[in-house]
Amino acid sequence: MSRKFEKVVAMACSGIGKPYGAVARETVYELTERVRPGKVVTTCLPLLVMEDPEARQLVTNNPVITIDGCPKSCALKSVEALGIKAAKAYEVIRFFKAHKDLKPEGITELNEGGKKLAAVSADELAQDVDELIAGEVKS
Amino acid sequence: MKPINIQVMKVGIVSCSGEELPEGTISRFACRKVLDDLRQTDTVTICLPLFIAGGQEERDFAKTYPTITVDGCEKRCAQISTERLSAKPKKSLVISEILQRHGIKPPANLRNLTTDENTAVRVVAEELAKAVDEVLEG
Repeated sequence: MSRKFEKVVAMACSGIGKPYGAVARETVYELTERVRPGKVVTTCLPLLVMEDPEARQLVTNNPVITIDGCPKSCALKSVEALGIKAAKAYEVIRFFKAHKDLKPEGITELNEGGKKLAAVSADELAQDVDELIAGEVKS
Repeated sequence: MKPINIQVMKVGIVSCSGEELPEGTISRFACRKVLDDLRQTDTVTICLPLFIAGGQEERDFAKTYPTITVDGCEKRCAQISTERLSAKPKKSLVISEILQRHGIKPPANLRNLTTDENTAVRVVAEELAKAVDEVLEG
């Protein structure tokens, strides 16, 4: 039987080199602040790299969705390095392929296309969040 | 004609990503300002988790470049991870300490920075640029 959860952890790649990394982070903020506030939380990815006890506990006790900016998949690999399997793993390019009119540009400040891409990505991830919380997805 | 061997020294910047903390945003923005504007030709960067996710080339980053780490908080993820997974940084900056020294109040936003927070970005970027110069001067 699947287990129900109170919250889901969304982890973005911490990319500071490419617009897709910025979209990953913005998507997480959209989830935590607008789409599912209180149900989706995040933590700093380098805390997992450091094996910080609180961060480790957070990703151990709750289902994790990773959102990566590039195929190097830092967010996913950093979670897996702790021996934890992500419940869902995405790359920003997946969302961009579905919304090619929303081309992200900029790194610190995303353009309108990048912000909209993050918003629609977060909207699409809402279903995953709801299913994970309801225990409808085996994590 | 003999080839001229010109070695161009660059400083590696490693920013904490700090998704959970406003100081993390200040760190990323200040690092990008140095990389893109203040010391564009003198600096390179790497995403911190690439030390785990990448290969040997990424792990050698701090061995290849003299490195400055910039951390948002006292946990010093960038400094410790760089030290542990690559090599000891030449300098390590912490945002909260810089802001305190300049009498700037701690930031409150993760995105959509206020005028005061943009001032904090500028101040941190200027300190980082100065640190880059010091590393280059040896």
